[in-house]
Amino acid sequence: MKERRISETNPWEPTWCDVPKLDLKSERYVKIWQGPQHPGVTGNMALELTLEGDVVVDCRTHVGYLHRGFEKLMERRRYIQCFPIVCRICVPEPDYNEYLFAAAAEELAGIEIPERGAWIRALVLELTRTAFLTMWLGGQAAAFGLGTIGQWSVAHRDFILDLFEELTGHRIYHMYIIPGGVRHELPEGFAGRVEAVLERIEKIISDIEKVMFHNAVFKARAKGLGYIPPSWVEPYGITGSTARGAGVAIDVRKDNPYLVYDKLDFEKIVGGESDVYERAVLRKEEILMSIRLIRQILKRMPGGPVRAKLPNVFHWRIPAGETYVRAESGRGEMGYYMVSDGTEYPRRVNVRGASYTHAMALLERLALGVSNADIAGLMTSIQTCPPEIER
Amino acid sequence: MNLRDVLSPFYAWKRTLEKPFTIKRPVEEVRRGAPGYRGFHINDVGKCIGCGSCSRICQNGAIDMVPVEGIKSGHGDSGLRPRIDYGRCCWCALCVDICPTGSLGMSNKYNWISPDGDEFVFTPGVDDKNWDQSSEGYRRRDETWLIEPVKTDMPVLEPEVRRRSFEEVAEGYDDELARREAMRCIECGLCIEACPTHMDVPQYIKSIRDNNLEEGLRILYETNPFSESCGRICTARCQDACPLGREGEPVMIRWLKRYITDRTAPRAREILADFHSLPQTGKKVAIVGGGPSGLTAAYYLKSYGHNATIFEMHDELGGMLRYGIPEYRLPKAILDREIKTILDTGVETKLEVKIGEDVSLKDLYDDYDAVFVSIGAQRGTSMPIEGIDTPGVLVGVDFLDEIAKGKRPNLGEKVAVIGGGNTAMDVCRTSVRLGSKEVVVLYRRTEREMPAAHEEVEEAREEGVRFEFLTAPTIISKKDDKLELECIRMELGEPDESGRRRPVPIEGSEFKITADTCIMAIGQKVENVMAEQVGVETTRWGTFEVDEDTLTTNVEGIFAGGDCETGPDDAIKAIAAGKKAAYFINRYLKED
Repeated sequence: MKERRISETNPWEPTWCDVPKLDLKSERYVKIWQGPQHPGVTGNMALELTLEGDVVVDCRTHVGYLHRGFEKLMERRRYIQCFPIVCRICVPEPDYNEYLFAAAAEELAGIEIPERGAWIRALVLELTRTAFLTMWLGGQAAAFGLGTIGQWSVAHRDFILDLFEELTGHRIYHMYIIPGGVRHELPEGFAGRVEAVLERIEKIISDIEKVMFHNAVFKARAKGLGYIPPSWVEPYGITGSTARGAGVAIDVRKDNPYLVYDKLDFEKIVGGESDVYERAVLRKEEILMSIRLIRQILKRMPGGPVRAKLPNVFHWRIPAGETYVRAESGRGEMGYYMVSDGTEYPRRVNVRGASYTHAMALLERLALGVSNADIAGLMTSIQTCPPEIER
Repeated sequence: MNLRDVLSPFYAWKRTLEKPFTIKRPVEEVRRGAPGYRGFHINDVGKCIGCGSCSRICQNGAIDMVPVEGIKSGHGDSGLRPRIDYGRCCWCALCVDICPTGSLGMSNKYNWISPDGDEFVFTPGVDDKNWDQSSEGYRRRDETWLIEPVKTDMPVLEPEVRRRSFEEVAEGYDDELARREAMRCIECGLCIEACPTHMDVPQYIKSIRDNNLEEGLRILYETNPFSESCGRICTARCQDACPLGREGEPVMIRWLKRYITDRTAPRAREILADFHSLPQTGKKVAIVGGGPSGLTAAYYLKSYGHNATIFEMHDELGGMLRYGIPEYRLPKAILDREIKTILDTGVETKLEVKIGEDVSLKDLYDDYDAVFVSIGAQRGTSMPIEGIDTPGVLVGVDFLDEIAKGKRPNLGEKVAVIGGGNTAMDVCRTSVRLGSKEVVVLYRRTEREMPAAHEEVEEAREEGVRFEFLTAPTIISKKDDKLELECIRMELGEPDESGRRRPVPIEGSEFKITADTCIMAIGQKVENVMAEQVGVETTRWGTFEVDEDTLTTNVEGIFAGGDCETGPDDAIKAIAAGKKAAYFINRYLKED
């Protein structure tokens, strides 16, 4: 077990103000760039690392390589025209963006969605969480050189994408959760095919359990790495399983239930070790919990319409107002802050991506004292997702 | 570290001999997309009407509307078709969900390789692609349709109330109904083309959504000074062209127009105050006939700065709007108010002057800088059948004329109306209101071929009018106190030059109908005594021969338009002719 290297004191002190006084001309240090051309799930952002030997003594995160300006684009689009672009904000979990955009617009416009629509939304969100976390497990393992697991998990994610293709018409950018509900009814016999895929996922998770979580190499490298003290959770804005790993029991699904989560039977999954290994275990458990939730949803879903009729989308105006809606994504709390000025276009949409705080401020602090070889695993562990940081 | 953690990872070896998850296949055998996949577009160009909704909803600007060889623009079809740039398309299928005709869809073809980037910009349905016939892929469903296909109903008087009074049938939208209906418009603009006077429909509907009705009224008066009447009695070609009517009900444009004028017409003069600010030219134009066409011409001539004088043979202005349309469709008070708005601009009027008899057209031609003839087609025609002069057989327009002048003749218990146009509907519904117990309409074709507006027919039915289709009278005679109509059944033969199928009598199908009164509403003709006074050419039907583009006759300075040029037609065509005449008279006067 490695010694915990990071001081737990004074969490409010931002590290980016606390520039280490390094004499870069002393030839003790090497400065290297990791990324932005970075293979794997944490691509498209750059880390400027200063190394002393193998150990990181300074880390600067650089973003801007993936900026597409979605928030600004939305100010120039009618509400319905924002619907196809929000899913592109986050590649692995597009549906949270679709849901949150729709929920914010519905709340401001006072649109009630049909009950079945809400259940189908929850189904889609849990499926996407399962797909994302399954792929993520492979990414975490691959970051420590266990490439086989990545092959398994990415291939199994594809089975979920097959389901999405059948349900929504596309594999990645589903454009299915539309303001007013969901686009259309589930295909005939869909629940049976979901169940078959869930069984496959359960099987591969049990395989991954054996080769990843009972793996001496993985344990040696992941345990004790990237320790986050519970006192950091609030100042750094840490959410999701990263916070729960530190023993802070926050989960939007329980704390501020949305859609049908108040009707579902589940408990928050909380850890305490707060290192890379612990977080991986929690996320594996969350996949299994999502699977249980999907089964509950499919069993208890009521009938009825799936979509409320919108006003003519060419002239759809939303009364002036502002709102913040949130959901528990696979990475943590994702939120949309929307301001309407009563016209046909949103005045401002701000996306609170879960990994924004994790991967920018937190990573700079966590990287200090970590071996260069562990940086990739650390980045993955806090669920860095550059497309969602950049927007 | 324990021994299990060292050995457990070797579990991965159990898959060593398994087939890999990813299998390399040749591209030709590429897996097909799911049945609801959103792949390359397909378009049924015969069904597509080029309304451009797909282009306007596309948030990427991936769709351009382009002309296509072999597809002509026309009534309710822009002649354009969507061309899609797949470098921009994000495959969201909003274009499919908004499509009013359901012509646009997406195939489940997603894999297509071409070395030429320009090939990825094409017009689906026009440029042949091997997925054009694909039955799989994303299609619009009722639940995904972004358009509201059902119109907002207009509150109307109950049929029982209607039968007893000449009160206006349609009560008009209230604010909420109007706004709800105005929300349905998709702003394609096909209605602008379809309207003879090209009213800017999308813009005035927008003024309702924006609650800026004064602006709406200004937009109406830019193209039509009879908007208030048209809001009630227009034949609404715009609604026929509305794409929403293809798979649902069209936007009720006419009623929305009426809503604007209902709210603003009493203040029209003040709202339109800055309309007549062009400098006065001092030129004088004589307008013969104070119907919709003449009054419209006068209004726009005034706005060009010319003086306009209307010569009208009746003692009141309005022409067919006053004498041909019953009170329950267009209240006289509304018409008076609207004419007053026109006259308030400074139009002079000379009533009860019949040009050709009291004053010759030659005198007018000499005294004025230009003359516009819009005398309409006032003389009702009757059928060349035996017994047409029998007492009790009336002519439709003359009958309506009397009603308009306040007379309420007793038609007896049973009335037979001959004809299938809007005049026939006015006549039969007026007969109901005059107290006749049984009113029957005889029409020689079927309901589908009836030129009358569909809703007029429906409302007549609600009021108890009975229809006998494929029926024509052959002999009318007097028997006892009643008229006896010998009729014959028809069947439809080959289409004639109007495109409607020609009725052919069925031998031996004669039968008899008795009635107290028979009213012929089968058409009108032009009564033209003035043309020869200045040598204006006329056609064999007595209508004026003009250049259709400019409404000029063979005599320089004399223009003609409206029913007297086209033959009997609807009000909006007459209004359009008036507006066009004003434009070309203005041009003629400026050339002088």
